[in-house]
Amino acid sequence: MCLAIPVKVISVEGTSARVIIEDVEYTASLLLLDDVKPGDFIMLHAGFAIEKVDPREAAETLQLLLDMEKNRTN
Amino acid sequence: MKYVDEYRKKELILSVAEKLNTISKKEIVLMEVCGGHTMAIHRFGLTSLLPSNIHLISGPGCPVCVSSQHFIDLSMAYSRIPGIIITTYGDLIRVPGSSTSLEKERAAGSDIRIVYSVLESLEIAKKNSEKNIIFLGIGFETTAPATAAAILQAKKDKINNFYVLSAHKIMPPVMKELVKEGVKIDGFIAPGHVSAITGTGIYNELASVYGLGVVVAGFEPADLMQAVLMLAVQIETGTQKVDVQYQRVVHKEGNTIAQQLLNEVFVHGDDRWRGLGIIPESGLKISDDFSSFDAEKHFFVEIPESREPKGCICGQILRGLKTPVDCSLFAGKCTPSDPVGACMVSGEGTCATYYKYRF
Amino acid sequence: MQKEHNILLGHGSGGRLMHELITEVFIKHFGNEILNDQTDSAILTAGSTEIAFTTDSFVIDPLFFPGGNIGKLAVCGTVNDLAVSGSEPLFLSVSFIIEEGFPVRDLEIITESLAAEAKKAGVLIVTGDTKVVNKSKCDKLFINTAGIGRMKKENLYISKALNLQSGDVIIINGTIGDHGMAVMNARESFNFKTNVESDCASLNHLINEVLDKYPVKFMRDPTRGGVATVLNELVGKTGLGIEISEPDLPVNNGVRAMCEILGFDPLHIANEGKVLIVAGENYGLKILEVLKNNEFGKKSAIIGRIVNDHPGKVVLRNETGGRRIVDSLTGDQLPRIC
Repeated sequence: MCLAIPVKVISVEGTSARVIIEDVEYTASLLLLDDVKPGDFIMLHAGFAIEKVDPREAAETLQLLLDMEKNRTN
Repeated sequence: MKYVDEYRKKELILSVAEKLNTISKKEIVLMEVCGGHTMAIHRFGLTSLLPSNIHLISGPGCPVCVSSQHFIDLSMAYSRIPGIIITTYGDLIRVPGSSTSLEKERAAGSDIRIVYSVLESLEIAKKNSEKNIIFLGIGFETTAPATAAAILQAKKDKINNFYVLSAHKIMPPVMKELVKEGVKIDGFIAPGHVSAITGTGIYNELASVYGLGVVVAGFEPADLMQAVLMLAVQIETGTQKVDVQYQRVVHKEGNTIAQQLLNEVFVHGDDRWRGLGIIPESGLKISDDFSSFDAEKHFFVEIPESREPKGCICGQILRGLKTPVDCSLFAGKCTPSDPVGACMVSGEGTCATYYKYRF
Repeated sequence: MQKEHNILLGHGSGGRLMHELITEVFIKHFGNEILNDQTDSAILTAGSTEIAFTTDSFVIDPLFFPGGNIGKLAVCGTVNDLAVSGSEPLFLSVSFIIEEGFPVRDLEIITESLAAEAKKAGVLIVTGDTKVVNKSKCDKLFINTAGIGRMKKENLYISKALNLQSGDVIIINGTIGDHGMAVMNARESFNFKTNVESDCASLNHLINEVLDKYPVKFMRDPTRGGVATVLNELVGKTGLGIEISEPDLPVNNGVRAMCEILGFDPLHIANEGKVLIVAGENYGLKILEVLKNNEFGKKSAIIGRIVNDHPGKVVLRNETGGRRIVDSLTGDQLPRIC
């Protein structure tokens, strides 16, 4: 569905994670996600971490797009 | 903002647009079923970048829009019970019921509070032990797990004044229903965050039985353009299947913890979708094991027969059969400040989006 | 306006609903030539002198927020209304409506801030009033300030938006959405922690520095309803169009992030230390330079221009070159999950 934003995990305490984006900090619930470590990026939706962002997949997607840009005719 | 800004770069978006214009020849209709996608497409002006043979239509992806009039009227009625605090996501505040809205009830004295997380409702419940807190549970599979987690937490913490009125719904049945009804759809842009929870198996039938391409897309403009490209390629080459553009967040098996919580707390039941009627097995009802948190099992109110507003064609818009500009009320009698139907009031409803981003 | 039975919070948000309330209730009953202009300050003639007169009430919750408090705001708000009409703010009145039981210590802190801001702005508080009401008859503290300023004849046209034409530039003196976001954060139970601070500041000295050097065609401070609402008022008044450029809008990273999280639009969020200036094309960069030399103008930017296209509409061109319409704020902004 919708409004979720990638945020960085600063620290983890039990079922909560302190997360940050720009200078905005929030205590996100980890009731829906485990194996979260400081430095991970998670998608924040309605106060919950719903999934991790996979940096390798992100890089791959970005590379596909960059390749398309390189091959532009204009 | 990391993982956001990179996918908003103009050059990348235009590159995909260029490739699309080169390879996509067939007249195709692609449906997105996610309010977040509707918003993103219009916010970033993506329709103007697509070749004229690709038509994007919006489906019933806005959970507020498809919440039944009955649910809305019930929420209003609950808010008028003395000693009740209603907690809700902001999306619901201005949705018009048959005769009123939560905003108007708040103006008339009801205690209605906007929360960002359902867990704030638990805090409110703890701080107001003499009151009953009812949380309005709207949203699809992205948001329902949060409600499930809150109910489990309430049980654990022995909070006995917290209730949920569930209007949660799931996507696959309604997608199938639209296809079965014969709505002209050549491919689906599947909701990225719903799929992050559910995994991609839920779309297999659409591909294998109905031969439709389904691509799970992210929410940044480059994500959406890339997803459209993937669908166009599938259709041009006759290789329709379920695929994932949003690979950095969506895995085939989804979020199994969230799925477990959903299965523990909710059961599937037939549900009324506004404008679409009853869709079998499409709603999430609170299971008997957790009935002590089910608002409908505890609070009984008389509500007038729900009526659909005259002239409102939200139902056809939600099916992708008509667009907002086809509605006689659009931008005249029905505007964001004076909405008639839910499609206009919800910030990501098709009509609200068209209105906000009309040009 | 659909005749509401009760006033909604949206009627006070500074957007379309409030505008309708003012027109269909207040102006209907006591409108006159001066009032009907609905400018930030009323321009009055007293003998051979022109004076600007304005009033504002402050009901902010919470009373204390990052970057200020209701006292500081009570001065800035009225001083700025006077300054953006091109007048020199001179005198203020201050009225307090205090809830029984309100701590005197808090009142002192607020008053100290109020006094300090008045000194900074160079205005004298010359009259006032104090009322105390029973517990729960008002929310802790409300303040009203009214202000008088001296108009220079050459500035009389500024609030009237005359002589605007295609090509005129639209300038803002810094980042948008700070105040509204800071206050919302301090008030709601959402529990976000951020460095976002209210931008509330008296801008009369800044504006004076500009007016001393260059002609300005129009000014207004984008408070409740945000930049979008002021720009829509402008196109409504002039019948011209406005095009603004999204990449050129100065927005703090923290505000931007909060907007993404909650689904807000910075163009609709209140500012209390910002002025929108419309000036001839030739003066744009020069005015920018003056602004940037002032502590309240460091992040000034040209955000758009007046155009002949799409008359009566404000259009935003986004980073990808797409365009969309920017409306006035309708009702309160609501955080979304979707």
